Amino acid sequence: MISPLRRILAILTKEFIQMRRDRMTFGMMVMVPIVQLALFGFAINADPRHLPTVLYLEDESPVVRSIVAGMAQSSYFDIQAQVHDQAQAEALLQAGEAAFVVHIPAGFTRDLLRGEKPSLLIEADASDPSAASGAVAQIGQVVSQALTHDLTRGWGTLLPEAAPVNVVVHRRYNPEGITQYNIVPGLLGVILTMTMIMMTSMAMTRESERGTLENLLAMPARPWEVMVGKIIPYVGVGLIQTVIILGAAAWVFGVPFIGSPVLLFGCVALFIVASLAVGFTFSTMARTQMQAMQMTFFFFLPSMLLSGFMFPFRGMPDWAQAIGSVFPLTHFLRAVRGIMLKGADFVAVWHNIWPLLLFTAVATLIALKRYRVTLD
Amino acid sequence: MTAELAIDVRGLTKRFGKRTAVDHVDIRMPRGQVWGFLGPNGSGKTTTIRMLCGLLRADEGEGTCLGYDIRRDSRKIKRQVGYMTQKFSFWDDLTIRENLEFVARLYEIRKAGEVVDRTLETLGLTSRQTQLAGTLSGGWKQRLALAACTLHDPAMLLLDEPTAGVDPQARRDFWDQIHRLASEGLTVLVSTHYMDEAERCDEIVYIAYGKLMTQGPVQSIIDQSGLHTYVAEGPGVRALADRLRGRDGAEHVAYFGSALHVSGSDAAKLKALIEAERGDGVRWQSERPSLEDVFIHLMGRAEDKS
Repeated sequence: MISPLRRILAILTKEFIQMRRDRMTFGMMVMVPIVQLALFGFAINADPRHLPTVLYLEDESPVVRSIVAGMAQSSYFDIQAQVHDQAQAEALLQAGEAAFVVHIPAGFTRDLLRGEKPSLLIEADASDPSAASGAVAQIGQVVSQALTHDLTRGWGTLLPEAAPVNVVVHRRYNPEGITQYNIVPGLLGVILTMTMIMMTSMAMTRESERGTLENLLAMPARPWEVMVGKIIPYVGVGLIQTVIILGAAAWVFGVPFIGSPVLLFGCVALFIVASLAVGFTFSTMARTQMQAMQMTFFFFLPSMLLSGFMFPFRGMPDWAQAIGSVFPLTHFLRAVRGIMLKGADFVAVWHNIWPLLLFTAVATLIALKRYRVTLD
Repeated sequence: MTAELAIDVRGLTKRFGKRTAVDHVDIRMPRGQVWGFLGPNGSGKTTTIRMLCGLLRADEGEGTCLGYDIRRDSRKIKRQVGYMTQKFSFWDDLTIRENLEFVARLYEIRKAGEVVDRTLETLGLTSRQTQLAGTLSGGWKQRLALAACTLHDPAMLLLDEPTAGVDPQARRDFWDQIHRLASEGLTVLVSTHYMDEAERCDEIVYIAYGKLMTQGPVQSIIDQSGLHTYVAEGPGVRALADRLRGRDGAEHVAYFGSALHVSGSDAAKLKALIEAERGDGVRWQSERPSLEDVFIHLMGRAEDKS
């Protein structure tokens, strides 16, 4: 009874010593729960508020102003701008800069006073159904409360009608609120992040773990040559994955594809390169494949949680949104959803493309800087 | 490029944290020779070789390798040096041929296919060219590594314990190749633990605890050591060893096969000690110290210093 215990203790001690020696693993073990707690505890909110809202007012009476004020007070809507025609409103929605457009048609007040139940049109970006649902559910109540206040004071006679205004909500881009429409294009980004970063981060560490790195370094190949040579095969792998996912999106899940395939593949290629640059940077830091794996997860988890893939991006506090904006996945998701679901063109996705370009440039620079030409 | 010396370094020093792995080593090695690089494990041989071919940056010291500055021109050095690592460092999941072709392409060798064919032929690897490198035995791995590091027709070979763990026949074959390459004008610096290999070298550099202990042709190293050796043979030798160890005059007592070598730098003291131990079925003979006696002696001295 005693001797198995002794042997177990011996193994236990050895494991602890090895764990302590491997600072990277130890750090990860401590950091992962802290990061997860911070993200789930503080950052993630499935009922997003303060959603950017744009007004398109063809009628500006005190009643309309009360409705707007009521919406602003509800904390769901963050009134950011006012547009003057439908095209402008459309562009903002498509680019994802506005989550809602509140359209009050001409003659709204007049019709209201006549008791004709005028329509108040809300166009919602429903490409992520969960992001829009909270606000959409609230909107009828918000409007009638605002009116109740005004109507009881000014035009008391109108009060008996239960709903003086007809609130029409257009769920744009995903009218039925089908979750797959949002998730499947998002999965494209998640799967690419995962495999691309993992494969490249292991590619270099495998060389050093097997001892072949010394040989590679003793031969006349420049750092960027090695990097490009190692990355390109995985670009091919990434493109194959993309074709598989898009095929499944179209034929298995029936996700619509409205935009330009060429633009989409352009974004995919850029995103793949960005992910590979991250992977390569990790591979210059990790000493073993195990560490490379851990670093991959360390990057992958927050980018999945903070990018708007699992939880609505706008539901997060500002600091979490700021962190989320660093990850390429965040911008890629917006671009992919924009192109596939909204038919966004290059101009509309440009503000998602340049952060990707910037990220890629920075990651590549770090990778090249960190790549050791020596064994030091 | 026309430098007479293949290696010309002064004060080469490398520290890893607080430990000084290589401590102010000077090496001046002429072209076209075969030099042996000896020293106990962890003495800094590998580190020195790595600094010479630009894999490690020297903390101190300067010099040239094949006429190129070891700090600034490491890329040029890499092109002209063939470096064989201590541990087999080719790709296990590539075949012999694929490994060689990869190396040939990295060095931008023209007509890589032909060069690979020829190399396979000379090293007797043609029949095995489609075998995965990872499945090769130790001896064949050495052949592959040598083939790969001579593929680009280097001016110098740096071989880090190339024959460790290889059987005697393969070791002999390997050295035949080294001599063949040297006869073609190649400069070879080879680190080893084998005395018979050391004795095949034109000169020897001996390093211990990062410090250069001695350098020169085998005979002159032995002559300069100032060491005297007695060899004891016979049935009583075993009992003798423990008795002699630590005694005044006997600095080193070591077995060589079944014979016991007793060495010391004070000839008179050693002689007196041996005279006292005569008899008991032991045959004593005064002999020229072997290279190994000298190295054990040097190692002891280095320990005293450090």
